[in-house]
Amino acid sequence: MSEVIHAGHHDHHDHGPAKGLLRWLYTTNHKDIGTLYLWFSFAMFLIGGLMALVIRTELFQPGLQFVQPEFFNQMTTNHGLIMVFGAIMPAFVGLANWLIPMQVGAPDMALPRMNNLSFWILPFAFGIMISTLFMEGGGPNFGWTFYAPLSTTYAPDSVTFFIFAVHLMGASSIMGSINIIATILNMRAPGMTLMKMPMFVWTWLITAYLLIAVMPVLAGAVTMMLFDIHFGTSFFNAAGGGDPVMFQHIFWFFGHPEVYIMILPAFGIISHIIPAFARKQLFGYTSMVYAVASIAFLSFIVWAHHMFTVGMPLAGQLFFMYSTMLIAIPTGVKVFNWIATMWRGSMTFETPMLFAIAFVVLFTMGGFSGLMLAITPADYQYHDTYFVVAHFHYVLVPGALFSIIAAVYFWLPKWTGKMYDEALGKLHFWLSFIGVNVTFFPQHFSGLAGMPRRIPDYALQFADFNMLSSIGAFIFGFSQLFFLFVVIKAIRSGKPATARGWEGARGLEWTLPSPAPYHSFTHPPEVKAEEVHG
Amino acid sequence: MKNFIARLASGALLAVASGSALADELNMRVGVTEISRQVYELHMIILGICVVIGIIVFGALFWSVFNHRKSLGAEPANFHDDTRIEIAWTVIPTLILILMAIPATQVLVAMYDTGGEDMLVEVRGYQWKWQYKYLDGDYNDTYSFFSNLATPRDQITNQSVKTDNYLLEVDEPLRIPANRKVRFLVTAEDVIHAWWVPDFGIKRDAVPGMLNELWTVVPEPGVYRGQCTELCGKDHGFMPIVVEVLPEQEFDAWYASKVTSELVREESFAETLTHEQLMANGETVYGTYCASCHLVNGEGIPPAFPAIVGSAIASGPRDEHLSLVINGVAGTAMQAFGKQLDPVQLASVVHYQRHAFGNDAGDMSQPQDVMNLSNGQ
Amino acid sequence: MANSTEVDKDIYYVPEQGWYPVFLAFGLMLLVTGMADSLNTIRGQGVADWTQSLLGFVIVSFVLYAWFTKVISENEAGLNNASVHKSYVWGMGWFIFSEVMFFAAFFGALFYVRVLVVPWLGGEGEKGIIGDYLWPTFQATWPVVQNPDPALFTDPIKSMAAPTELGGLAGYLPFYNTVILLTSSVTVHMAHDGIKEQNRKKLISWLAVTVLLGIVFLILQVEEYIEAYELYGLTLDSGIYGSTFFILTGFHGFHVTLGTFMLLMQLVRAVKGHFSKNDCFGFEASSWYWHFVDVVWVGLFIFVYVV
Ligand code: HEA
Ligand code: HEA
Ligand code: HEC
Ligand code: CUA
Ligand SMILES: [Cu+2]
Repeated sequence: MSEVIHAGHHDHHDHGPAKGLLRWLYTTNHKDIGTLYLWFSFAMFLIGGLMALVIRTELFQPGLQFVQPEFFNQMTTNHGLIMVFGAIMPAFVGLANWLIPMQVGAPDMALPRMNNLSFWILPFAFGIMISTLFMEGGGPNFGWTFYAPLSTTYAPDSVTFFIFAVHLMGASSIMGSINIIATILNMRAPGMTLMKMPMFVWTWLITAYLLIAVMPVLAGAVTMMLFDIHFGTSFFNAAGGGDPVMFQHIFWFFGHPEVYIMILPAFGIISHIIPAFARKQLFGYTSMVYAVASIAFLSFIVWAHHMFTVGMPLAGQLFFMYSTMLIAIPTGVKVFNWIATMWRGSMTFETPMLFAIAFVVLFTMGGFSGLMLAITPADYQYHDTYFVVAHFHYVLVPGALFSIIAAVYFWLPKWTGKMYDEALGKLHFWLSFIGVNVTFFPQHFSGLAGMPRRIPDYALQFADFNMLSSIGAFIFGFSQLFFLFVVIKAIRSGKPATARGWEGARGLEWTLPSPAPYHSFTHPPEVKAEEVHG
Repeated sequence: MKNFIARLASGALLAVASGSALADELNMRVGVTEISRQVYELHMIILGICVVIGIIVFGALFWSVFNHRKSLGAEPANFHDDTRIEIAWTVIPTLILILMAIPATQVLVAMYDTGGEDMLVEVRGYQWKWQYKYLDGDYNDTYSFFSNLATPRDQITNQSVKTDNYLLEVDEPLRIPANRKVRFLVTAEDVIHAWWVPDFGIKRDAVPGMLNELWTVVPEPGVYRGQCTELCGKDHGFMPIVVEVLPEQEFDAWYASKVTSELVREESFAETLTHEQLMANGETVYGTYCASCHLVNGEGIPPAFPAIVGSAIASGPRDEHLSLVINGVAGTAMQAFGKQLDPVQLASVVHYQRHAFGNDAGDMSQPQDVMNLSNGQ
Repeated sequence: MANSTEVDKDIYYVPEQGWYPVFLAFGLMLLVTGMADSLNTIRGQGVADWTQSLLGFVIVSFVLYAWFTKVISENEAGLNNASVHKSYVWGMGWFIFSEVMFFAAFFGALFYVRVLVVPWLGGEGEKGIIGDYLWPTFQATWPVVQNPDPALFTDPIKSMAAPTELGGLAGYLPFYNTVILLTSSVTVHMAHDGIKEQNRKKLISWLAVTVLLGIVFLILQVEEYIEAYELYGLTLDSGIYGSTFFILTGFHGFHVTLGTFMLLMQLVRAVKGHFSKNDCFGFEASSWYWHFVDVVWVGLFIFVYVV
């Protein structure tokens, strides 16, 4: 992708990119690294998606047809892990790399060499993880939440590789986040005060904070697993005075903030796209910032809502129910602000806007089902059924993933200097929109009817909804191959884009030429009032 | 009031999901207990609130989408702040949430009201079956048994037609009396499982080494089905729960007969069985307890689950084979079957393994040998 | 804005591309896969081959050495302006925060076990039924010297808990270690004063004392572990007390090792004539790290040994 971008810039400066493969291996440039992250995450998305298709194919009909239960479990586990750690998170880091230096008016990230390290750890980590599928005894088969003791005493040998892969991913995320924080706090152009920063920058600042706070806790959790497996400790074994449930507490102390890590940058992206296409300033900027901060704060005290059925004392159940419900308030503020931004705007509906609107609607639906899950007594009926699967796919797929797709369409002109084909983009949107709903809406019903998650085979009354869901999955999956086509076509033969890109776009990145120069801002730009909030 | 909101909510739901004939299939089950009904109502209240908020929020959004578009000549307005409305849309949701929290808290507190029970049952999850133990007041086991999936293998592999309760049927269901408060002590032997009967509105994780309490009072006799709902390994999808609720007298009679037949069964452990008896017995036991890992044909799924065919153990000294099965292999999925099977079953299954699938150890294993081994340790 | 494709070197420093990161990532991959493989072999009762891990370790060390040398030489060459310095400061600060959270996971485990699980297993508290029903012989005490299932987890003979009367401290290693670490925090501060006063002798001698204290700490720690294993029967597999004890003190010890090594490198640099009043980030970062390690120890001493 960037090959095109930098053509013609090579000769102008002393440390331009080297040619060929080494450029990508050795690069310290935020755009190159952003590009690497984005392509990597797309590859992971295809692999994780392929696993989802294995799942959906097996679940097309009752009975065991295509895979054995032990392989099915490996597919579920790796699908979850790869989508979360390999597709969504690296995509957001890629966007951060591309956009944050441009949006704050800097030439690059604060720590460019470490930036390269953060990226290159990932292919190795995921190489290890995917290779476990081919090991004796099979890959991780204990769910992406890897509850002990299924993931310790009863795990296949490959779990040791899995543990180290998680350590590596954690290191990568922590370094990436440190870099983002340092960039935001240190590299802003003069005049770009905190309360003038673009929303994407704000959401990433807070996300990076969350990451640094919780990735080490995950590292601690897998380290304790490693010790239980290999060194005879008893953290998660009651026979030695430990407790399997303790694993879940530690995991979800990481895991719940983790799900917000996957949505806060999405909020940032949507807060750029809606104003641009409504041709109106973002409504309630200040409350948007506070809402994100409150969500981040609350995310640390709600973790046990994933564990309502483990048998906590009543006081604990009530605390976690109430605190979880509170998250609806700041999230609601965000939804209302987006709608108020659209209100009395002058809207057009190009592809990024379509994805953004679908995001607002479908994410909110996922939020509603989340709120229902938060109601403890009702969660006893929903927990570990497809109702939960429906909930989190609504917030993750038309939530996180749609925001990423929207971001790609929105900033592609800036990255490549080319426009995508609007008609194809719209087609991609409608295919995705229909596909995603056909896939995941019926899962609410199979869940309410009582279908547990993580099963390769099911009772006859769930058959209709599963068949529908599988058909939707194929529609949705293949639409994403179409997305690839639309993007490649734009890069190769798209019409040249203007610097401003979109009529209503605002922000420092749009003051740069399209494609943006290799070192975005070589001198601190003047921060003009019309480009920032305020 | 609660009922009214619930009805309103179901109306709204049906408006959304077209076709009222489907309503049963589309929604949570009402269930048969007081608790499950309360949960259902709670579910309908929160669903209704969400649907109403959704209609308002999405209504506003789509109104804007259809009316404030550039193609209609809309000019962008210039506002980007309004403290009053922002306070309103913070406070109103807060109030709504409080409204939701009140009934939720009430139901939850009611659920935690354990104790005062008429009967006590231990529920223990194993890979991949449930064990039920009837306990007396001092927690002594009076009668216990395992409850295994009863769906035939060939239905699962699509070689024969799937019957009505496909995957939801067991060889021996848990039986409890109607109208009595039954308290369950839920735990597990190996990994975490979860015990769920949707119609009772109760679900709790079964955690090895830990214990959770659960209770129910079922007014109507009947058969109620559920499934394990915590990923517990390979056959997590194949460990159903079936509870048969009997009228009180019927239950009492059944229970008394079980307790006496338990004593008779123990006497039979002294008998000596023939090769044919052992093989026949053994095949059944093997099919229910062993085949999930070692497979019906004894080939296992190496390396995770070793083959019995040609296994060194199955042709080696008999007592080693017996004690491996009795004690299991610590730290692996091979459980200590001494705790699960009686001497007749243990002797038969070992004898079977030593003489089936082309194995031919040529010796005999008798219940008495099992008892000698167990006592010797 | 003349010549706008050149990055303004007074404000920014954009390093040229380099091979370190990708080789470091590769080395890490070799290291961890080698370790995983060896651990699995040992678990399967085999004889592990550590060659690959060793190779990975060598690569990682070599790259780190080259990388840091490069960064230091850039600094000596005056390429690091105020902004770069600030980025390094933020970087180190947030790195230490991530380390705090890493230890928080283990402290969290300790508290959870002590406050909730062990009492429950012993038949006390809200879920005491667990102990009554499943572990009738288990008594809740902390330190746990008798495990719920002693057949699986051998009971330690004695715990490492601090003696109850002050006099007992005389023969109590962790107490000496506390004194040593606290002292070393002061000595590293003295060394910093040396830089600020531009007194190189003061810097070098106090820094050397700090490194020495770090080493003594580690020796005593090893001594303590030997005692635990040989005299007290307190091991990694002696149940939850041993588990929490060794994971906390062990990872702390590992961090002391790193910290000592970092300070040692700063000592070498100090001898070579690096550092000035306004330019001593390497030293400062190491000393912050050292203070962090010290604070963790105080937490450890209180919650693992005393309370
Ligand atoms: C991006 C990821 C993401 C996001 C944003 C969320 C958001 C929320 N989630 Fe979700 N969740 C997951 C990802 C996510 N979740 C995942 C992956 C799992 C499963 C993990 C696993 O087990 O594998 C899960 C599981 C999960 C559970 C556990 C279920 C179970 O296993 O039994 C619960 C329970 O409380 C929950 C609750 C919530 C809540 C209350 C929100 C809230 O943040 C939602 C808030 C939003 C709204 C409410 C909508 C907008 C608000 C308004 C329009 C205002 C007015 C509204 C009202 C007053 C009602 N989630
Ligand atoms: C961020 C996250 C994310 C995303 C994007 C998705 C995307 C999808 N998910 Fe997944 N999912 C999770 C996160 C995510 N999921 C998590 C965390 C779990 C829980 C795991 C657990 O229980 O432990 C889960 C579990 C889960 C289940 C439950 C499994 C079970 O309980 O056993 C199902 C079942 O339908 C499912 C389906 C899908 C489908 C159909 C998609 C689709 O959107 C995917 C569409 C994409 C494609 C299909 C790719 C297109 C590729 C091709 C067409 C082939 C070309 C390929 C190559 C050239 C290599 N997911
Ligand atoms: C949950 C899975 C599971 C079930 C059910 C199971 N086993 Fe096993 N079995 C194993 C595993 C795993 C091993 C390997 C243990 C080891 O690593 O030594 C094993 C090993 C064995 C061996 C030794 C084989 C050899 O050559 O090493 C015998 C004999 C055996 N099982 C008999 C039985 C019998 C009899 C039953 C039923 C009553 C049974 N198993 C049920 C998992 C299972
Ligand atoms: Cu047992 Cu799932
Ligand atoms: Cu959560």
